Amino acid sequence: MSRTNSESFERIPLYSDLPFYRKQKRIALRNCGLINPDHIDEYIYREGYFALASALKSMAPEEVLAEVKTSGLRGRGGGGFPTGLKWEFCRKSPGNKKYVICNADEGDPGAFMDRSILEGDPHALIEGMILGAYAMGADEGYIYCRAEYPLAITRLGLAIAQCEEYGLLGDRIMDTDFSFNLHIKEGAGAFVCGEETALMASIEGERGMPRPRPPFPANKGLWGKPSNINNVETWANVPNIIRNGGSWYASIGTEKSKGTKVFALTGKINRTGLVEVPMGTTIREIVFEMGDGIIDGRGFKAVQIGGPSGGCLTEEHLDLPVDYESLTAAGAIMGSGGLVVMDEDTCMVDIARFFLEFTQRESCGKCVPCREGTKQMLLTLEKITSGKGAMKDLDTLEKLAVMVKEMSLCGLGQTAPNPVLTTLRYFRNEYEAHIRDKKCPAKACSALISFVIDKEKCRKCGLCAKNCPVSCIAGDRNTPYVVDQDRCIKCGTCIEVCPFQAVSKE
Amino acid sequence: MSPNKVQIEERTREIVAPWKNRQGGTIPVLQEVQKELGYLPEDALMVISRELKIPASELYGVATFYAQFHLKPRGRHIIRVCRGTACHVRGSLLIQEKIKNILQVEDNGTTEDLRFTLEPVACLGACGLAPVMMVDGETHGRLTPDKVMTIVESYE
Ligand SMILES: Cc1cc2nc3c(=O)[nH]c(=O)nc-3n(C[C@H](O)[C@H](O)[C@H](O)COP(=O)(O)O)c2cc1C
Ligand code: FES
Repeated sequence: MSRTNSESFERIPLYSDLPFYRKQKRIALRNCGLINPDHIDEYIYREGYFALASALKSMAPEEVLAEVKTSGLRGRGGGGFPTGLKWEFCRKSPGNKKYVICNADEGDPGAFMDRSILEGDPHALIEGMILGAYAMGADEGYIYCRAEYPLAITRLGLAIAQCEEYGLLGDRIMDTDFSFNLHIKEGAGAFVCGEETALMASIEGERGMPRPRPPFPANKGLWGKPSNINNVETWANVPNIIRNGGSWYASIGTEKSKGTKVFALTGKINRTGLVEVPMGTTIREIVFEMGDGIIDGRGFKAVQIGGPSGGCLTEEHLDLPVDYESLTAAGAIMGSGGLVVMDEDTCMVDIARFFLEFTQRESCGKCVPCREGTKQMLLTLEKITSGKGAMKDLDTLEKLAVMVKEMSLCGLGQTAPNPVLTTLRYFRNEYEAHIRDKKCPAKACSALISFVIDKEKCRKCGLCAKNCPVSCIAGDRNTPYVVDQDRCIKCGTCIEVCPFQAVSKE
Repeated sequence: MSPNKVQIEERTREIVAPWKNRQGGTIPVLQEVQKELGYLPEDALMVISRELKIPASELYGVATFYAQFHLKPRGRHIIRVCRGTACHVRGSLLIQEKIKNILQVEDNGTTEDLRFTLEPVACLGACGLAPVMMVDGETHGRLTPDKVMTIVESYE
């Protein structure tokens, strides 16, 4: 580094001064970006494996479990089930072979918090898993990581090798009687494998299809043995809880949702990225303070929380304190914490169709309500977005939604209708505009818009015609250019290339 | 040169060997074979079925269940265009259309010269950079239809 004088020093802002970081409280992400994840020593320097050392030396497994219960930690992978309770089920389940599993399948499109922990601080989740294995009496573990994250898989492999070298994994860890081995399983690209029973089927080498519960994994999990599965972020919180105490963790957050949650802030927003905030922070603080509002000064329309299983919330929810209960009451879910911001140009009917397309494609096909129900819902939505809908389609949609929700085998089908139900609830007028007026208010549904060139503004440069992929724009140096609506594929290229803003959507 | 039947069978047998008489080998073996050969040829599947003592029908069921496995040869470069939520909201449909147009292929299609395969995927986990595509191992973010052309051309 070159010389630093006080002036250049002043120009370097502190984390705590930046609006993006000011209100964050980083527990699960505490090391991300600060340490080199390839060096176990850097993790140890940040008090890594201190929790494990003190647990193995001075705490009984029951005491570790008790701290996690006291902390009030709930699963960060979607359901929000109390972690301590789940561990207790597994601990009490009879059998001397038990497994702990880390769900690193991160299937929600629009979420990348698990990725940043896997890539930025792999030891945090490994330490969490070793502590969990100790508490539950497991001697073997798996990390199921999606194949789309090759860097995460490499870094996990390195981290595990370093732990083995340091005696933190393997036989007789830290010279105690406790032994634990950890393996990585690479996913093969199926959203439903994020569901815990499907994930276990996938580790066993089968098609990743969910199984009915009960029996729960705590009794009959991987290869029929008692197993406990937690999400990456859940595991990464555990070392902090053991190091600082369960009551410390419980002092953060709201009455029923303790600690912090990482959100992936994306979409039509100025500052995208991961934010870790105490439970109870409002959506307004996240979107407008940390995210610095909507891009290009456009108007806020909605925020989609919880991915394909979640819902869309509106302006009226901006001051909602984010925790498990309040989100569920509003029709969304915490889910994995994907937070996609939408502005006036986003069509809510199209968003509902988009999610249905996703869940329909990813439905494993085992149960009929999900396989056929989502298909029919998607067809109905496509009918509406292409301008062929009728008002009675909305009733059909609602009926199908309730049916799929109540009758599906696993969480995929049970939650798939949520995006449809919330948009119907909060944006019914947009559905009606598509059906009654054959108009897409956000000008996003291609069947209901046309591209028009303003004769006055057109300077006859011909760029639009030259770039049009289907050559449907005609004109020359003397005649203004015109789009042939019958042949136009509505790709929007003309709008983009026109230097004079003469093309508009109608 | 693509390997012949004998070579495929030989190589597959080597990959399967450590998984014989062990649990949970199916998917890792399929992954390894695909990594080597680029796809899962029928000859390889038959070897795996015999060696792991899994009916070929069941193996086929597994291979077709997961999006990652391919039963046909693919291009030298794989273009994964993200169709996740964050990217959708930021216009990934236009990016996808643009690529289809440049390459003249459909989704999951391969160009005739086996140069590119186009795969729409659910999310690349780089949502902050939306819209995103990945060519082989490399991620390209904040795309515009214009940028796509230059990027695609840079891969031989
Ligand atoms: C269709 C479906 C997909 C899921 N995908 C994920 C996922 O990608 N990551 C995850 O951690 N949990 C996912 N879950 C939730 C898991 O089934 C399970 O509840 C979770 O891993 C438990 O960990 P936790 O208690 O720490 O949250 C999914 C559930 C369903 C129904
Ligand atoms: S939604 Fe495109 S990278 Fe996540």
